[in-house]
Amino acid sequence: MKVRSKFLVGSAIIVVTLVSLAYVGFTQSKTYYHTISELSGLRGSTVHQRMRVSGNVRNGSISHVPGGVDFVLTEQGQDLTVSYVGRDPLPDTFKDGAQALVEGKLRPDNHFVADQVQAKCASKYEATPGQTAGGPQPAPTSNATPERSAGN
Amino acid sequence: MDILGSFALLLALLAAVYAVGAGIAGIVTRKALLTKSARNAGLAVFLLVTIAVGCLEYYFFTDNFSMAYVAAHSNRALPFYYKFAALWAGQEGSLLLWTWLLSTYAFFALLVNRNKHPELMPYAGVVLAGVQIFFLTLNNFVASPFAVLAGADPSGVMRLSALSDGHGLNPLLQYPEMVIHPPMLYLGYTGFTVPFAFALAALLGRYPGEKWIHITRRWTMIAWCFQSVGILLGAHWAYAVLGWGGYWAWDPVENASLLPWITGTAFLHSVMMQEKRGMMKVWNIWLVFTTFMLCILGTLLTRSGVVSSVHAFAQSSIGNWFVGFLVLVFVVCFASYWKNRDYLRSDNQLDSLVSRESSFLFNNLILLAACFAVLWGTLFPVLSEWVVGSKISVGPPFFNKVNIPIALFLLLLTGVGPLLAWRKTSFDALKRNFAWPLLGGVVAGVVALIFGFRDIYSLICLILSVFVTLTILSEFFRGARVIAARDGSNLISAIGELTMRNTRRYGGYVVHLGMVLIFIGIAGVPFNKDIQKEMAIGQTLNIGPYSILCQNFDRVTNGNYDSERATLEVFRKGKSEMMLYPERRFFLSSQVTETMVAVQSSPLRDLYVVYAGRSPENGQPVIHAYLNPLVKWIWFGGIVVVLGTGLALLPNRRTALVLRPVEQTWGELVSASKSPIGVIARRGDASD
Repeated sequence: MKVRSKFLVGSAIIVVTLVSLAYVGFTQSKTYYHTISELSGLRGSTVHQRMRVSGNVRNGSISHVPGGVDFVLTEQGQDLTVSYVGRDPLPDTFKDGAQALVEGKLRPDNHFVADQVQAKCASKYEATPGQTAGGPQPAPTSNATPERSAGN
Repeated sequence: MDILGSFALLLALLAAVYAVGAGIAGIVTRKALLTKSARNAGLAVFLLVTIAVGCLEYYFFTDNFSMAYVAAHSNRALPFYYKFAALWAGQEGSLLLWTWLLSTYAFFALLVNRNKHPELMPYAGVVLAGVQIFFLTLNNFVASPFAVLAGADPSGVMRLSALSDGHGLNPLLQYPEMVIHPPMLYLGYTGFTVPFAFALAALLGRYPGEKWIHITRRWTMIAWCFQSVGILLGAHWAYAVLGWGGYWAWDPVENASLLPWITGTAFLHSVMMQEKRGMMKVWNIWLVFTTFMLCILGTLLTRSGVVSSVHAFAQSSIGNWFVGFLVLVFVVCFASYWKNRDYLRSDNQLDSLVSRESSFLFNNLILLAACFAVLWGTLFPVLSEWVVGSKISVGPPFFNKVNIPIALFLLLLTGVGPLLAWRKTSFDALKRNFAWPLLGGVVAGVVALIFGFRDIYSLICLILSVFVTLTILSEFFRGARVIAARDGSNLISAIGELTMRNTRRYGGYVVHLGMVLIFIGIAGVPFNKDIQKEMAIGQTLNIGPYSILCQNFDRVTNGNYDSERATLEVFRKGKSEMMLYPERRFFLSSQVTETMVAVQSSPLRDLYVVYAGRSPENGQPVIHAYLNPLVKWIWFGGIVVVLGTGLALLPNRRTALVLRPVEQTWGELVSASKSPIGVIARRGDASD
């Protein structure tokens, strides 16, 4: 039994180390998803969390300003003003009408400051019903990359 | 011709159903004729699915745009190799590819073993056909690749219609690797079905002995090899095409492909415990089951948008089918396990903490921890929505925090494990085997530290890489020296001789060397640099030892795309080294802009240059340059891993030393292992 208990102790040390590392990594990188309509209902600390919001880029709302790009995301009739302040150029797919996912924080005046933007344009083959989940699996990268697929 | 494909698919489904029915009947009634008939039905599935695949390819090559799938994923101007690859550009075709590769595996598994293992094969055939029924059902009734375009004419009668040209292939997929990457990954995913079938078959049939584990291990190695290649090709594609300077982002689709690879790796190691010591039987069988279920889960994640649904915008109902199948598989596995759990009793106990056994146990523990962490992080948005009602995602810091220490610990075990003796290792043996490699590693670490190497994880990785490489080389050297002394041959041919006598062991070492190379490549990440600059003609940009001079900007056009291109001259120490041409292409048929990265790759570093578009303020072209050290080692390591796996799959060359498998006592084996020749003789019986 002695060897067995030694092995168990060793395993326990490893598991505890990994769990604590996982916890630290989790608190550093957790990001909340919200819809635009949920944003106004956020209370307390949840307002200041890092979050991701998705919506469509309203036609004609993109304006280039010094230090970034401003635009309006809209979803189910709700609007959200977004300022993109990230360093990377916006993805090619980011244009009027595109579906976009922004990541960043909400300012108290309900203005969203994003440091990452992912976008997927509603191009025809991707928009065709029934073909959607096919080819490129749109999944984010760590940067403002349009979309990527690795598994199909 | 138009309906041949659909008919072939339907017949394939019927054949698979028959194979299951007749197979079970054959097992129950013990009638050899029924069993044989079931097997032939299983073989026929492959031929029928092959016909279906051939039909779809034929539609692509003949530009048959009345087929919905062809119209959605191809166009006339598409080069022929992309027309070929367009087969797996979408959901329906990808699933057809899945089915086809699965039926190919099943075909060969049934064919190779047609006259062997009469107690095992009927069960395996039933399981294989059962899995095929699921996929063929999807192919026939849920996501048929043979749907046609049709519309009502003025009198209200439905008629076939055809587009004059297709929508074209997604430009992201118009890259050479997309021709080879999905089939490779799918060969991995589908390949794990065969070990699953054999494991379940052995359990259901209570197949005596450990023979099934040899079969399972070989098939797992094949699938594992393809999965490794698929993962690396996917990483390389992401690196070369997406233009963000990296190759791995921990996104759900990447993670999905990594999960079965991790459990497959765990199985390939722990299976040795069962072969040599009769331990960990329950663990092994569940590793095989889990690997297969993770393959299905991976396909589910890739296909359904379950996890990426918030940032992805595609939804499809096909996920429910996979969830149902996954539950069914689990129930079948658990029921078979519960009914036959006494069959899996362990023969031995762990003897010492410093032994081969315990290094395998730790290896498995840590691999499973990595698998769990990746799975947890990938599914976290779904889990958190279920539990607390809000969707929370975790990013790369989570995955890196957990997996980097795990990876380094695994690297340590890679060096230590193979040199530990079974049961118990003496301190003397430890000293003899590890003193020099350890010293080499520490010296390398100190030298690196002096040269200003400050990243702690990379430093540990360097020390361990040197240590592992030296232990592996010393294994080759010590074995070869004995052979060379005895045969009077030179050391090089002795190394060849040594390797061929025990391909599994020395092939395994080569795989380990490949992994070390991959680790070294990944350890370069903390030293990545990048810089972004608006550039006019004649301006330069400095990064690392390079300065990049902007010579020209021009436009190129052809039938498929328009392109904006930069002509950059790269100088190093004032000397012109090369020209780079990063591009931005606008694909005409799909109206999508794509970045074409220009990479200058050398063993030490990649210079990776992206034409990032024009500045919105003044219309100046923006160039983003990355300096990524050691990336090439990753791809090279991948090649070594493949070669090593191939080597390990070769049959051993028999020598006079190995007369026949002998049942030795473990005491004899331990004493025999003191001389390398003894090791060879002992390992000879492990071949299969």
